[in-house]
Amino acid sequence: MNLPADVFAGIGRPVLGVCFTAGRLALFALDGLSHLLRPPFHFRRFGAALVEMAYFSLPVVALTAIFTGMVLALQSYTGFARFSAQGAVASVVVLSMTRELGPVLAGLMVAGRVGAATAAEIGTMRVTDQIDALSTLSTDPMKYLVAPRLLAGIVALPMLVVVADILGVFGGFIVSTASLGFNPTIYLHSTFTYLETMDVASGLIKAAVFGFLIALMGCYNGYTSRGGAQGVGHAATAAVVSASILILAFDYVLTQLFFAR
Amino acid sequence: MTTPLPKIRVRGLAKSFGEKRVLDGVDLDVPAGTSMVVIGGSGSGKSVLIKCILGLIEPDAGRIEIDGVDVLSLRPRKRRAVTARIGMLFQNGALFDSLPVWENVAFGLMAQKMVRRIEARARADEILGQLGLAASVGELFPAELSGGMQKRVALARAIAATPDILFFDEPTTGLDPIMGAVIDGLILDCVKRLGSTAVAITHDMASARRIGDAAAMLHGGRIVWSGPAASLLESGNPLVDQFTHGRREGPIRMELRA
Ligand SMILES: Nc1ncnc2c1ncn2[C@@H]1O[C@H](COP(=O)(O)OP(=O)(O)OP(=O)(O)O)[C@@H](O)[C@H]1O
Ligand SMILES: [Mg+2]
Repeated sequence: MNLPADVFAGIGRPVLGVCFTAGRLALFALDGLSHLLRPPFHFRRFGAALVEMAYFSLPVVALTAIFTGMVLALQSYTGFARFSAQGAVASVVVLSMTRELGPVLAGLMVAGRVGAATAAEIGTMRVTDQIDALSTLSTDPMKYLVAPRLLAGIVALPMLVVVADILGVFGGFIVSTASLGFNPTIYLHSTFTYLETMDVASGLIKAAVFGFLIALMGCYNGYTSRGGAQGVGHAATAAVVSASILILAFDYVLTQLFFAR
Repeated sequence: MTTPLPKIRVRGLAKSFGEKRVLDGVDLDVPAGTSMVVIGGSGSGKSVLIKCILGLIEPDAGRIEIDGVDVLSLRPRKRRAVTARIGMLFQNGALFDSLPVWENVAFGLMAQKMVRRIEARARADEILGQLGLAASVGELFPAELSGGMQKRVALARAIAATPDILFFDEPTTGLDPIMGAVIDGLILDCVKRLGSTAVAITHDMASARRIGDAAAMLHGGRIVWSGPAASLLESGNPLVDQFTHGRREGPIRMELRA
């Protein structure tokens, strides 16, 4: 029996596996991004991906944002009442939405909607030889399928987050003025008094990163899927799970970068 | 005098998937402007062979030359430029199901020759017409077509940009006999009139003899026989004889495949 070697092998194999996947993912991402700099460009594909990611995600993201803003106002009002700090409700709502909840919640919702659909579409193309067919028709599949989606992710999420920020603040405003007894003018005033450009900007940068991650995980899992319908289903699940985890992990890293000094 | 350079020359091509050796030293020459028919049992590696030539599968060993250029040693971009001159009809069609039929057919034209969409549309309708498909079919999506119609659309897509090498993976399976003959005629037309070089995989002996100048049989990972397609039925090779006459008894045993 060779216990120490087994233990090392048991640790080493998964670690190597993770490094291997991370490396391949990084190469995949670089390859995809590099096509954004080299013609020909597939503007139609970019437009379609943008509509799919931004426009069709609007209802989901809007509802999420409104309810989140409403809950934030209610929770912080009742919580802060314990130390008579109800006046901070407006600031809490706007800062939480712009810095944190807008990008993260929009990211998670879009990851569920678009990540799975992207992985399933590209995965189906892989297992039915459509990706091979693209390359026999003088079209680089990375350029045609992946690059436009990566760019669409980077552009779409910040757009959605602007909407989410506005609607979240609006939701908080409705609850505060209609049922918590705040004066509308004073509420709006205190909303913007302590808001800094960096609060909004950091949220938008986060959103761009999350959008990229969602598109990347959808494309990568679809592109590398194999084994028929089951493989495609697996790719869709993996795309959503991995994108969601990466969003939360990168959220921490980016927050640390922006605000911890 | 030297023999003219073959359009496609394959030497010692080998490919395994895991333990399974699918190709085990394939040698094949296809002279320019001719058509070669490849026959062989199901699972003998015919599709793998042409996917290797197309650069879609990386072989383990061997040489592949197109116009005398060793494509396996080329850098990816150069290699893509070479393989972009090859049109391919996939065994399962592989139509883009998110695009209407006419965009499928015109895809290569729009990607490569940068023609405008209106011209591409007209050209697509013309090719569809040659294959017996009305222009209104162009508006449909692949999922709305019958299997045989999908096959014809896939064929239209492969030949639309008039590539100088054409691969057909079972062009006539799933078609009725008359449509099969029409397709054969179209393939012949590409070779004879446009001077393309063609490699066709088929299980249909009548079709093989109609479209092929030469024929080759793949068995056990190697080319076990090659000769004029006209002599397929009287080749004198026991393997080919059993295959072309569809006999149960003979040197080829049905293997249980892993
Ligand atoms: N991507 C792959 N991964 C693993 N094995 C493969 C792969 N592609 C093909 N094979 C195996 O290679 C062998 C040859 O397959 P291929 O598709 O070339 O057969 P074929 O000669 O085209 O048969 P058919 O006439 O039925 O189309 C099969 O046993 C198949 O299981
Ligand atoms: Mg095959």
